[in-house]
Amino acid sequence: MIRVVLPAHLRTLAKVDSEVTVEVEGRATIASVLDAMEARYPMLCGTIRDHVTRERRPFVRFFVCGEDWSHDMTDTQLPDAVTDGSEPLLLVGAIAGG
Amino acid sequence: MSGVRVLAGTKKGAFILSSDGKRQRWEVSGPFFGGWEIYHMKASPADPNRIYASQSTGWFGQLIQRSSDGGKTWEPVDNKFVYEGTPGTHQWYDGTPHPWEFKRVWHLEPSLTDPDTVYAGVEDAAIFRTTDGGKSWHELPGLRGHGTGPHWQPGAGGMCLHTIILDPIDPQRIFIAISAAGAFRTDDGGVTWKPINQGLVSNFMPNPTAEVGHCVHHVAMHRARPGILFMQKHWDVMRSDNAGDSWHEVSGNLPSDFGFVIDVHAHEPDTIFVVPIKSDSEHYPPDGKLRVFRSRTGGGEWEALEKGLPQRDCYVNVLRDAMAVDALDSCGIYFGTTGGQVYGSADGGDSWNAIVHDLPAVLSVEVQTLA
Repeated sequence: MIRVVLPAHLRTLAKVDSEVTVEVEGRATIASVLDAMEARYPMLCGTIRDHVTRERRPFVRFFVCGEDWSHDMTDTQLPDAVTDGSEPLLLVGAIAGG
Repeated sequence: MSGVRVLAGTKKGAFILSSDGKRQRWEVSGPFFGGWEIYHMKASPADPNRIYASQSTGWFGQLIQRSSDGGKTWEPVDNKFVYEGTPGTHQWYDGTPHPWEFKRVWHLEPSLTDPDTVYAGVEDAAIFRTTDGGKSWHELPGLRGHGTGPHWQPGAGGMCLHTIILDPIDPQRIFIAISAAGAFRTDDGGVTWKPINQGLVSNFMPNPTAEVGHCVHHVAMHRARPGILFMQKHWDVMRSDNAGDSWHEVSGNLPSDFGFVIDVHAHEPDTIFVVPIKSDSEHYPPDGKLRVFRSRTGGGEWEALEKGLPQRDCYVNVLRDAMAVDALDSCGIYFGTTGGQVYGSADGGDSWNAIVHDLPAVLSVEVQTLA
C-alpha cells in the first residue's frame, strides 16, 4: 500500500479528505503510482500530468522522503519507506500565482 | 412563476445568481470550484437543469464540470482535449512558427436541441464537440486545418476561440471567432470552414484587410435574424447583413470603438449593447465612467446608459463573454466586471443595479430564463 498526499484542490476534486492509498503491481515508480491513482480516481487524469505526453505539469512537484523527485518520474524505484507505507509520496502544488 | 438564473464565471470560482421574474431580489449561491478560474458556464437550451462549466488553473490544467440539477451539484466529465492528427504550427507573437498547444476551454456552447451535445472553443484555437454529455471530446479539425491556420496568431489574451454561435434555423451553420485570426463560418456542420472577415480593417496588421489575422473580440446574433451579425472588434463595432460574407462599421458616435462585449436585445433585433473601453493598453472605461451604450438602429447611433452605474473613478473592464440578456417580456441585460460586480437591468438597459458587488474578477456571464 502506497500513501499519497494530494494538494488541496485535487483532494476536493477527488472527494477525499487527506491521504489516498493505492496498490501498485510490480515495480513502484512515481509513474506507476500515478497510473494506479488515476485508475482509482479518474477525475485526476490530466491534472497532474499531461494526457498525451504524460509529462508532469510544470506547477506540480513530487517529494519522496524529503527529496525532490520531480524529475525522476519513471525510472527509479521508490524507496521501501514509501512502498511499505511508512512514508507518503507528496504531490505539491507550487506556491505561486495570485 | 418565471425567473432567471445568472451564471457568473470568475477568476476564483463560479457563482449562480437567482431571482424571480421581477429581478429585484437575488439569491447568490457559490463559490463552486473555489480557487479555480471559471472561464465560462452555460446551460442547455433544451434542458435548463443541464449546465456545463469550464474550470481551469495554471497548476492543474483543464476540467469540465456538468450539472444535471440546475447547478446544485456537479460532476467532472472528460477533460481530454487532443488535437486531431499532427497539431502543426501557428504564428507566435514574433512571427515564428509555434506548435499548437492546448491550454484551456474559453467557451462552451450547448446544442440548441440536445443536452448531451456541446461545442467547446479552446486555446490554442480549435473547436471540439461532445455528443455524450462531456464523456468524450473530439475536434472538428476542418477549422484548424483551414489553409490559413499557419498564419493565425495569438492576441494579448492568447490564441483563443471565444465565440461559438449556432444558427437556430440552419443546424448546419455555425459561426466562430478567434483572437487574433478572425471570424469563420461552416455551412456543413463543422466539416469545412471559411474565413468571413471581408470588410474588417485592422491597422496593426501589415495588410489591414487581410483574409485572417483580425482581433475579433466577440460576435452576437439575434435568434430571429441569424443572417445579421454584430461584432465588437479590437477596434470598431461591425455589422454584417449577409451571415458574415461582408462587414461594415457601425461604431458611429461611441466614445471608444474598442471594447469586448456585444449583445442583442431579446425582443428587438436592432437593439444592441456594447461597453466602450479605452485602449490601446488602458482597458478601462473612458473618463472613469462605466456606461453601457445602446443602439436601437442596429448600430451607428448610440445612447449612453448610465443610471445606476458608477460615473466617477471606475476603472474596471468588462471581458468578452461577460454580457448576456434574458428573454423575459421586459428584456434583462447583465454584465460582469473585473472589479467583481455583476450589474443587471430589468428594463432594457434604462437603469442598472449591482446584483453583487464583491465577487472575484468576473470572466463570463450567461443567463437562463426559467419558465
